[in-house]
Amino acid sequence: MRLTGYRRPDGRVGVRNHVVVLPVDDLSNRAAEGVAALIPGVIPLPHPYGRLQFGEDLELTFRTLAGHGANPNVFGAVVIGIEPRWTERVAQDIARTGKPVEAFAIEGYGDLKTVERAARAAYHLLKEASGLEREPVAVRDLVLSIKCGESDPTLGLAGNPALGRVVDWLVDEGATVIFGETSELTGAEHLIAARCANPEVREAFLRTYRTYVGMIESKGADLLGSQPTEGNIRGGLTTIEEKALGNVQKTGTRPVQKVLRPAESVGPGEGLVFMDSSSAAAEMITLAAAGGSVLHFFTTGQGNVVGHPLVPVIKISPNPKTCATMSEHIDVPLPDLLVGEIGLEEAKARILEVFERVVRGRLTAAELLGHREFVLTRLYPSA
Amino acid sequence: MRKLVAHKREDHVAVAVTDLAPGEEVEVAVLEGGSPLRVFICEPIPLGHKVALRDIGEGDIVREYGEAIGRATRPIPAGAHVHTHNLRSLRWDFGRKA
Repeated sequence: MRLTGYRRPDGRVGVRNHVVVLPVDDLSNRAAEGVAALIPGVIPLPHPYGRLQFGEDLELTFRTLAGHGANPNVFGAVVIGIEPRWTERVAQDIARTGKPVEAFAIEGYGDLKTVERAARAAYHLLKEASGLEREPVAVRDLVLSIKCGESDPTLGLAGNPALGRVVDWLVDEGATVIFGETSELTGAEHLIAARCANPEVREAFLRTYRTYVGMIESKGADLLGSQPTEGNIRGGLTTIEEKALGNVQKTGTRPVQKVLRPAESVGPGEGLVFMDSSSAAAEMITLAAAGGSVLHFFTTGQGNVVGHPLVPVIKISPNPKTCATMSEHIDVPLPDLLVGEIGLEEAKARILEVFERVVRGRLTAAELLGHREFVLTRLYPSA
Repeated sequence: MRKLVAHKREDHVAVAVTDLAPGEEVEVAVLEGGSPLRVFICEPIPLGHKVALRDIGEGDIVREYGEAIGRATRPIPAGAHVHTHNLRSLRWDFGRKA
């Protein structure tokens, strides 16, 4: 496999070469979008949060924002916030990677002056980024992530076992592969626990899972009305256990080496790792990207269309109806795997062929269609 | 071309990989290997939905992937559609302690 990518100052390897304009808070979205309007080619990451958060919820927002600036698919970042202190904090967290970062606070300047100053910084960063050339890289240089969405039983039968073979291969080649979806392990959590590499990892995994279920139950709620979703049920999934048992097929068979907090940074060479995360597609991919994932594999049954601003998302579907009606969203159609006309090895080869091309720069369906979902996870309400 | 697939031989259900009409006997491919099973389809089964491979009693735990996926809320004859009208989760307020 001949892969190419971009090696960053900290040694991490990206497969895209973006310049991001990162608002620290909701109030700074307008300025970030103003910069992107003046300098086409940079990627703004507007979002609705970042004011009056506190405690672990604030830390998660910082980790997610700085993690996107630090993501190896990013050459450099322009950070804009309403006030200087939190703006500097996010910028400094990104600067630890050694990549270029410029920070701007709006207070004392106003939007127009801020947009002009930040646009000049973005202009220079984009010029530098555009001169960078791809170089040969290896699978062991990469941090990748996986998730399924709009699931149906065709994933448990075909799409997820095929991705599981790919994940085993990637792990054996030395990549880090992040999986998550804490709620969607319900009914299969014992299978993941049994695959944890040692008792410490197992204890950390079970503590994370039980804390999550405890949080649900402390609200006097359960997941039965939302898991499976209406789309899952239409597709044939009946219970959360059935959904989870299909879900975990895509994690392959290798041991779970680590348990990560949401958006926690992880380097290459760690094998299969679990990240505590939402099962909502855009939230999970956003958390994995903040952790350092540079490419995401996404299996879908009924047809999820999610993408991400920085991370190419490869969509895989074994559902023949979805592949026929939503073909522009599917990078790897596998309906012939579902009916047994090809086997898992052939399906794995097809996924890896698309993986190689996407790493080398070919756009995914979600990139072509402009899907740039960037969704922050909140742990509790703002002050 | 397969029409119905089960994960394990001991599973109570198989999944349709094409839309199935009632009144035909269909071969069931088993992913873990071995000779195919057979079941007579007695209701329309859309692609992706489950068929009972044998008679299931009310309250019985139903298995797929060789694992429990829920409990039957009414008797389900072989060949019938298995879904939210006759199967529910073992988690939360129903059969949790079972």
